[in-house]
Amino acid sequence: MKCLHACPTQALRVRSGKATLLSDRCIDCGECVRVCPNHAFIPQTSTFSDFSGFKYTIALPSPVFYSQFGKDVRPSAILSALKTIGFDDAYDVACASESVSIAIQEYLDSKSTPRPLISPFCPTIVRLIQVRYPNLLDNLIPIESPMEIAAREVKRLKMHELGLQEHEIGAIYLAPCPSKMIALKNPPRKKHSFLDGVIPISEIYPNLIRALARADLTDGKPEIRGLGLGWPIVGGQVASLKAEDAIAIAGLTDVMRVFDEIENGKLKDVQYIECHSCPTACVGGSLTVENPYIARGRVLRMVEKHGSEPCQDREKIRELYQKNFFSLVGTISPSPVHPLDEDISRGIQKMHRRHQIYDMLPKIDCGACGAPTCLTFAEDVVKGDADADECVFLTMKTFETLSTNLLDVVTKHTRKGRANLGKHTHEA
Amino acid sequence: MAAENGQTVFQTFVIEGKEFFDAGKVSTEIKSMLKELGVQPEIVRRVAIAMYEAEMNVVMYAERATVSVQLTPTTIRIIVDDRGPGIADVELAMQEGYSTATPEMRELGFGAGMGLPNIKKNADRFEIESTLGKGTKLEITIWIN
Repeated sequence: MKCLHACPTQALRVRSGKATLLSDRCIDCGECVRVCPNHAFIPQTSTFSDFSGFKYTIALPSPVFYSQFGKDVRPSAILSALKTIGFDDAYDVACASESVSIAIQEYLDSKSTPRPLISPFCPTIVRLIQVRYPNLLDNLIPIESPMEIAAREVKRLKMHELGLQEHEIGAIYLAPCPSKMIALKNPPRKKHSFLDGVIPISEIYPNLIRALARADLTDGKPEIRGLGLGWPIVGGQVASLKAEDAIAIAGLTDVMRVFDEIENGKLKDVQYIECHSCPTACVGGSLTVENPYIARGRVLRMVEKHGSEPCQDREKIRELYQKNFFSLVGTISPSPVHPLDEDISRGIQKMHRRHQIYDMLPKIDCGACGAPTCLTFAEDVVKGDADADECVFLTMKTFETLSTNLLDVVTKHTRKGRANLGKHTHEA
Repeated sequence: MAAENGQTVFQTFVIEGKEFFDAGKVSTEIKSMLKELGVQPEIVRRVAIAMYEAEMNVVMYAERATVSVQLTPTTIRIIVDDRGPGIADVELAMQEGYSTATPEMRELGFGAGMGLPNIKKNADRFEIESTLGKGTKLEITIWIN
């Protein structure tokens, strides 16, 4: 039942001990995965056997991965360790984040576009806009995500280096959250992904710990560096840009408050808004292992050490941008919650009926009925998905009324009742 | 909330003047209502902007206002009736760029002088009447296709 109140869009119902997901309301935030004590929500993941068809496999860890181990564990060691647990190679994604930040900067500088522009990299935020804020779809900056850019690039390199065909190379993403996982399997723009599989960080973590404990992992590779190192934390994208008036927001309540402001016509002088569903951004994803605040500290230290050394040739990236290398292909459509009714006049009637029912409810959002709030319960009753009797309080009130009526009947119409009027009785 | 007949929704809200803390929440509630009914996003956007400007005017200048929302399958009509200083010259106030915002309000980002013009721009019908020393009443009508 913990999931009921954890879901930010009231997409869950728990009846007869079973949880149901209203998929038109779900924005893939992963909070239900995080809080369920019975692990009833399982994100669909790939396993190593899925990759047996590939001649060559490459792990692409989210840069969050670098913050999940001890403070002396260097990102280059982590990439080397990944090569010993079943992947043929491991490729740094943070460098692609630096490229993407350069591309974003080019986009901000060159066009007069809707303002403010919103980051499209948190798939839950994209879902939130599709479901609840369709007016803001045009504000999503149409730039490809670092994981896709990295996968495309490493496949190109390996095809050339090893003489392989693209379909023979498996690029596997190591994800910090279910949202990223679902976005790979069901991309909102229905385009082809360069990634072939996804494994949660929490699942691969034990294998990595063992591998890191083994022999020396320094293979002389230069340390991972660049503007992308800061992306896993709140403000990381903004820090990698040169934009004036760019802000970072995290946590759905605060994001929705800002989205309401934009819908009301405000914030037009803000160029770019970095948005995260998770309050601590990606280090706080529900499939990570380390405490997000400790992970944040590690990210800040990495940024301090190597964040200002560029890993990309800025001019080359700008040229690629001009050739549309970073452009997002495909359109993204609204996906609103089912309205109260397809017909507005019937919808108005239902709204009225819902309010009548809501008036009778205790408004304490206890969840005993299996709906997260009294308002959603009232709506379920109107839609025919629930019965008013399922509210314990309504039933109690009905019982009270019935009992009082019954007592009236007993006292008025029986001799015993009249005789005992005013006396305290407790006989059956 | 009462329905006049099965086809209308009436809802009233109150806006307190000078309450900047959650200013805009009435616009947001009205917007949610329209989204729940499946009203087209473009119409929702126009209602949001018009209502927000009206709400902010109340917060900035008036003592308090009642907002009545009348919603039918074809129309949304919003009446914002405030108790406040009123507007001396309505025609002047309707001019783009004209603003009586104080320096403090401008600090907060207000005072571009586009409030009333923006309401008119986003509404299908807009009526405004005002009495100095008493208050201002706006009637905003937007058709729902």
